[in-house]
Amino acid sequence: MAELITYRDAVGRALAQEMERDETVYLIGEDVAAAGGVFKTTPGLRERFGPRRVRDTPISEEAIIGAAMGAAMNGLRPVAEIMFSDFLATCWDMIANQIAKTRYMTDGQVELPLVIRTANGAGVRFGAQHSQSLENWAMAVPGLKVVAPSTPQDLIELLAASIRDPDPVVFFEHKALYPTSGPVDDGELVGELGKAAVVRTGGDVTIVALAAMVPKAVAAAEILALQGVEATVVDLRCLVPLDTQTLLKACSQTGRVFTVEENPRLCGWGAEISSIIMEEAFFDLDQPVVRITTDHIPLPSADALEDATIPSAERIVDIVSRTLD
Amino acid sequence: MPASANGHPRNGGAAEAGSPDRQHGAADLARRIHIYRMMVEARLFEETAYRMFLGGLVKGTAHLAIGQEAIASAFAAAMKPDDLTFCTYRGHIHTLLRGAPPSRLLAELFGRDSGICGGKGGSMHLTDTSAGAMGCYAIVGAHLPIAVGAAWAAAERGTGQTAVCFFGDGATNIGAFHEALNMAAVWSLPVVFVCENNQYMEYTPIRSVTAVENPAADRAGAYGLDAILVDGNDADQMFDTARSAIEKARQGEGPSLIEAATYRHGGHSRADPGDYRPVDEVASWKARDPIPTYRERLLSEGASAEQLDDVEATAEEVINAAVEEARAAPAPPASVIGTNLWADGGSAWRN
Repeated sequence: MAELITYRDAVGRALAQEMERDETVYLIGEDVAAAGGVFKTTPGLRERFGPRRVRDTPISEEAIIGAAMGAAMNGLRPVAEIMFSDFLATCWDMIANQIAKTRYMTDGQVELPLVIRTANGAGVRFGAQHSQSLENWAMAVPGLKVVAPSTPQDLIELLAASIRDPDPVVFFEHKALYPTSGPVDDGELVGELGKAAVVRTGGDVTIVALAAMVPKAVAAAEILALQGVEATVVDLRCLVPLDTQTLLKACSQTGRVFTVEENPRLCGWGAEISSIIMEEAFFDLDQPVVRITTDHIPLPSADALEDATIPSAERIVDIVSRTLD
Repeated sequence: MPASANGHPRNGGAAEAGSPDRQHGAADLARRIHIYRMMVEARLFEETAYRMFLGGLVKGTAHLAIGQEAIASAFAAAMKPDDLTFCTYRGHIHTLLRGAPPSRLLAELFGRDSGICGGKGGSMHLTDTSAGAMGCYAIVGAHLPIAVGAAWAAAERGTGQTAVCFFGDGATNIGAFHEALNMAAVWSLPVVFVCENNQYMEYTPIRSVTAVENPAADRAGAYGLDAILVDGNDADQMFDTARSAIEKARQGEGPSLIEAATYRHGGHSRADPGDYRPVDEVASWKARDPIPTYRERLLSEGASAEQLDDVEATAEEVINAAVEEARAAPAPPASVIGTNLWADGGSAWRN
C-alpha cells in the first residue's frame, strides 16, 4: 500500500521512524522543536519524543554543528538542522575542517555518525542568500557524504539511511519540493546511499539530474517523447558516494548525456560527471556531454528573473533538441 | 599572589595555595607529587620535541607549552579516566598527561607508522580517544562547541563525564567561543572551559586586541557564569580550581569558565623566537616557572629531595625510552594514504 504524502511530511516521518527505533537519535536546530521548523518539516516531534531529544538552539550555527560533532563523538547520533543551506557558510569550519577530517586525521579513532539536514535550492524567490544550490560545496570536501533526494519516498529512505550511516552526511532537502507529493510505501523504509535511480528509460539521450531538477528533467523527457526523442532520466540522489556504474551504463546505452544542475556553472557536480564520462566512456559517446546549469551569478529574487535563471523543462527540451538537430 | 603580566592582581575564585580548606595529609602529598611528576614529564616531552625539531626529526611545526605545564597537569590529576579532554594545537602535553603513550606521541611528531594517529594527524592533531584525549584542534576556537557537544551527550546519556576544553587567550575573540559559552550555559552542560592566558595571541599581546582586561574572565558574566581568574603557574591553586569546576559539572550545575594566567617561555611556534616580548617580562615570568616553584613548595611541605629527584630521574627515563622507541619506528607505508576516511576503513567516493 502506498499513500500520497508531501516531501515536507516525509522529513518528519523519517525522523520519527528513526527516533522511535534508536533513542540515541536527537534533533537540534533553530526553531525545530516548539515551532516545528520554519518549513514545518518537524511538527509534533517535540511532543512525541520530548523537549530533550528535539531541542531548539540559539542562532549559533557553529555551536549547532560543533555540538552535533561532539555529541557524535560521545555516543549520540545527532541530526542537526541548518535552516537554509546558505547558512552552511557560517559553520563551514565545523563541517569542512572538523567533521569531514577528524576520522582521517585520527586514523579512525573518532567515528562521527551525524546528519546535517538543510533546506537547499531556489524556486521560492528568497534571493541570493537563501536560495543557493550548494551540494557541490560539500561534494568538494573529502570525508562528507552528500545526499539530495527528489521524492518523498527517497527522502524517507535516504534520511533513514543517513541517520544509520556511521559517517557524517550532509542531507540537502530541496525547499521548492517541500509542497510536492508522491507515493510512499507503508512500514519501515530504509534505502542505501550511493545508488542512483533510473526514473525513466529511453534510448536516445540520457538526462542526469538531482533534487528539484529531476521533475524538470522528467517533464522535459515527456515533451521530448512527443517530438520522438526518448530520454533516460537518471536521478543521482547521492553525490557522495557517487553511483558511477548506473551513470556509465546509461551513457553507453544512449551515447548522449545532458546534466541538469541547479548550481551555478563553475565546478558544479556535472563537471565531475562529465570528466568521469570523458575518461571512462569516451568511445560510447556520440556527442560531447552537455551541461545545463544555472548561470554563474548570484540568484536574483524577482520571480521572472529567478525562473529565467534556473534550468527549466523548456530550456532542457530546447537544448536537447538543438543538440540533436 | 603573583601579579599578572599587566600588573593586575589575580583574585581567583578558587581556593588559593595553602588556604585552610587544603588538606596536607599523606594522600594529598602523594597527589601533589603526582602532579609534579606530570609537570616534569610534560616539560621533558616539550624540550625533547624542541630538540628533535632542531635535529630535523620533528617535521612541520610544533607549538610548545613550556612554562604552562601546571594547568594541564592539575586538570589531568583532577579528571576521572572517562572525562574528556579537548585542547588546541598547543596540546602535546594535554594529550600526554591524560595517558597517551609518549612514544606514540613522539612517533606522530616524527611522522612514523606507530604515531598515535598513524602519521595522519601530526603535532597539531594528537588524539588518543582511549585515554579520553579527544583531540588537539588547530583552528582557533573550533573545539569549544565540540566540547559542548560531548558534554551534551554525557548529560543525555547520564555518563557522569565532564568535558574539559583548553584554549588560548586568542580564542576568546572568535565567534565560536561565544556561541559555545552561551549554549553550554543555556543547556547547563558538564563542561569546563579553561582559558590558558599566556598573554599573547600568536605574536600580538592579547591586551592590545581585546576590549576587556581579562579576556575570558571578564566575559563570563555575559553568560551568567562566575569570573574565575587563577594563577595558572600555581599547580595547587589550579588543582583546587579544576576539582571544584569538575565537581560542579558532575553535580549537574553547569559549565565553568576559568582563566588561568600563565606564560609560554618560548615563541608561538617553532618558527618564532618570541623576541617581540620585553626582556624583563620574560624574565619575571621565568622566575615564576611553575616547576621549580612547585618543587620548592613540596620540599617545604613534607616531600623529600630524594622523592623528587626520583620523580625527575624516572620522567627522564620514560621520555628517553620514548624517543628511542619512536626513532626506531618506520615511516608509514603509502598503502595507508587511502585508509580510514570512512567507517568502512577506506576512502572510496564512487562505486
